[in-house]
Amino acid sequence: MTRSSAHPYMANSAPALEQELLDAVGVATAEELFEQIPADHRPREDPKLPPALRSEVELERHLRGLLAKNGSTESHLSFLGRGVWPHHVPAVCDEIAQRTEFVTSEWGTPASDHGRNQAWFEFASQLGELVDMEFVGLPVYSWGCALGHAVRMAARITERRRVLVLADLDPERLAVLRTYCEPPETRTHLTIEFVAVDPSTGGLDVADLERQLGDDVAAVYFESPTSLGVIEAQGARIAQVVRAAGAETIAGVDPLSLGVLAPPGELGVDIAVGSTQPLGIHMYAGGGTGGFIATRDEERYARQYPTLQVSIAPTRTPGEHGFAMALFEQSSYGKREDGNDWTGNSVYLWAVVNAVYMSLLGPQGFADLGELILQRCHYAARRLAEIDGVSIRYPHAFKELVVDFNGTGRTVAEINAALLQRGIFGGVDLSSDRPELGQSALYCVTEVHAQEDVDRLVSALQEVVR
Amino acid sequence: MTRKLPKYQAASWDEPIVLDMGRPGRRAFLAPEPEPDVRADVDGLLPAGVRRKTAPGLPELSEFEVQRHYNHLSQMTLGMMGINLFGTCTMKYNPRVNERVTARPELAEVHPNQPEETLQGVLEIVHRFDGFLRELSGMDRFVFQPGGGADAAYTHACVTRAYHASRGELEQRTEVITTIQTHPCSAATAAAAGFDVITLPLGPNGYPTLESLQAAVSDKTAALMVGNPDDMGIYNPEIKQWIAAVHDAGGLCFYDHANFNGVMTRIKARELGFDACMFMLHKTFAGPKGGGGPAVGAYGCAEHLVPFLPRPLVVEQDGRYALDYDGPQSVGRVREYWGNVPVVVKAYSWVRSLGLEGLRQAADLSVIANNYMETRLLEIPGVTKSHPQITSHRLEMTRYSLEQVTEQTGIDVHDIQNRMVDYGVDAPWLAHEPWLIPEPITPEPGELWSKEDIDTWIDVLADVVREAHEDPETVKTAPHHQAISQVDASGVDDPTQWATTWRAHRRKQGVA
Repeated sequence: MTRSSAHPYMANSAPALEQELLDAVGVATAEELFEQIPADHRPREDPKLPPALRSEVELERHLRGLLAKNGSTESHLSFLGRGVWPHHVPAVCDEIAQRTEFVTSEWGTPASDHGRNQAWFEFASQLGELVDMEFVGLPVYSWGCALGHAVRMAARITERRRVLVLADLDPERLAVLRTYCEPPETRTHLTIEFVAVDPSTGGLDVADLERQLGDDVAAVYFESPTSLGVIEAQGARIAQVVRAAGAETIAGVDPLSLGVLAPPGELGVDIAVGSTQPLGIHMYAGGGTGGFIATRDEERYARQYPTLQVSIAPTRTPGEHGFAMALFEQSSYGKREDGNDWTGNSVYLWAVVNAVYMSLLGPQGFADLGELILQRCHYAARRLAEIDGVSIRYPHAFKELVVDFNGTGRTVAEINAALLQRGIFGGVDLSSDRPELGQSALYCVTEVHAQEDVDRLVSALQEVVR
Repeated sequence: MTRKLPKYQAASWDEPIVLDMGRPGRRAFLAPEPEPDVRADVDGLLPAGVRRKTAPGLPELSEFEVQRHYNHLSQMTLGMMGINLFGTCTMKYNPRVNERVTARPELAEVHPNQPEETLQGVLEIVHRFDGFLRELSGMDRFVFQPGGGADAAYTHACVTRAYHASRGELEQRTEVITTIQTHPCSAATAAAAGFDVITLPLGPNGYPTLESLQAAVSDKTAALMVGNPDDMGIYNPEIKQWIAAVHDAGGLCFYDHANFNGVMTRIKARELGFDACMFMLHKTFAGPKGGGGPAVGAYGCAEHLVPFLPRPLVVEQDGRYALDYDGPQSVGRVREYWGNVPVVVKAYSWVRSLGLEGLRQAADLSVIANNYMETRLLEIPGVTKSHPQITSHRLEMTRYSLEQVTEQTGIDVHDIQNRMVDYGVDAPWLAHEPWLIPEPITPEPGELWSKEDIDTWIDVLADVVREAHEDPETVKTAPHHQAISQVDASGVDDPTQWATTWRAHRRKQGVA
């Protein structure tokens, strides 16, 4: 094949260099090096790909043109949340996320990767402070995946196979959990059953939980805030009754709420899980998701982690600290099918950024941000409830509100279409996966929503539902 | 040797743990003050008893101090700032233009539940890239939901469950077959999905014998999960017969295309007979490693498995793109949403930059470079190649053994890793567990690294081997020019010593 000019991504595509290397190997053509692949394994025809855009000038123009077809939460006023949330990403987070050393690192030695390992340790250490727990694994793909692994940890610890979860669980998260719990045909299937929601508070119905608990329950999962934004008032009580039944309590929390809300460790929760995306990661059309798993520092839990985890360790220089992978042998890298679930690439670059975010906020930043989000949510709830036919479903909300449009005679789909014409992304439509709520939507309000944004939404809705 | 070795000294900032820095009251982030109409009594907004009592023990720093701390940590991370020929991971150039483009608000500030008319650009990229992978593999449909190669293997295990369940055979089909040289994630994800795992050992030709496969296959077989070529650069030429044997027994065949770089454009998984395959966009397709993600294991399959794929699928009709959630037989989700979208955009960009000719050239150059390395590495005393009786050329990787060096000097491959990083050359990959070849190393030059870089890497290894003979203590106590000294990992599996958090460490040290 005749080659065009050298490609900027390939140093050895410089003229004559390929031949120089072939000469050194002692073959005439590259094709001779593929002798292991039998002729009848070769493709019947070449793949059809569009012409190359070899210059960055053309390439970037092309990519920009495609992405320009998107709207965004910058071009629109957005109230979408539910599994990925709009938050301010500090500029320093973006700088560190772009450092080539972090962007390109892979598996070096503990010395050559020292800085990154320390950043990972600082992710775990700071997250541990937020959730009030001492053992934290490196992150997994998402909140739902963290929940799936946590439930499987609990099943291994208790050798039980029933799992009770809050009936209001987010459908995406629930779908992931169902995958991790396996279908009924497998020997290792875990049964998922639902605990009722208290219709007045939106929290877990503890009486129903007590009815369902038994000595076959491995774990109980609750959230605060729930996937409908409800602050759970009974967390400590839940952990207490679950422990009395010999099961593990797993709690899903929003780390951004933990400057204000009692942390899972304080509530007596055994395993905490949640999303890392709120901690300084952009939404990226859902590509910003990540999940964490944290527990007390007890062998009972530590030996069931499927993740990698970094431990602080001494070096040959007295007084110097370094880091090494702890409990590596129990991972799938160490024991293949006999390891705990599996691990692999995850969202480790985001863990570095999460560490930066937590360092930037500090204790007062988390308190202030949590309080601000509570107040903004409350303001939005108050203003939205002034609209004829609109009400707010639950009394205590953090970051997300169930807005009930049943009294307007309009569907959420109609309302959101009309809002879109006004440059607004309305809240997530709950009517199809939460039919018991009728025409309701989940509105997300955070620190990025100034009063004027909420006021603009209210004015638009007043026009739309009139 | 005529070239001079790099004179290198890593940044060594002696950086404290961030939790041990700062002063009470110092701030790096201020939240906006609530507007007067927004202001409310916070306790009044909360149910009784849920307020946090003690503040989290986070650091209190100025913004500059945080920025400088993490820049210091980045400077103590070698990444691809030097020469990194980390085998199996295909260390490529991660084009900066892709970082710039994916940082644009039209991607970074996009919510996945936006109305579809505001997602047309990103959906078009995903759909087009699905088309590229179909061309490269012969498969009929790809999804990008899996968050890495292991997650794609898990996806296959889940699809296998759903496929056999749909035929009423899942209770019967309890076994997944893999090989000892296939990545551990295939065995691990099959087990996590509820299957028993059968692992085939290597045969005399460097891959398991067809007979061993035939003996393992039965009416219990759910799937074969296999990589080819393997991490030793050995290609199994009998793979079509393998697939036929598994299909005859009613099982599915999954191709872990982790080592696609050397065979790009020369193999199509579907034409070999595979039902499904996986590409790692953060490796072969130039997405950055990020230290281990965000990554994408692009999972593709033939038409008969499409009903079982995780949802949503990105579909096109009359030039409009949509997310199709409808899939009554779908496995559901392996992860929330539709994948690490920025990585898909980067992979799309990379294929557009190379085109067909560029992909073929990249495959050629990676295999040429590996064979070039081999000619020089085998000149180093004590370096041998796995399965030396196999004379045909290896693909993009070769596995070597330093057993003779270890026998003669007491210096093992971990020592050699620790000494190589003293030259700004990151340590080579050794091998996955279990080690079939004693004292293994597995470099992979790919198409990125120049002949000069490759020569330097080899020169460094040669010099470390020389030093192992002449001054083993220096090698044994390495590194000496790195951010820190050699880490003593002897306590990290001991519950009284391990500490994944600063708080646990201080408690165990008796400080707190």
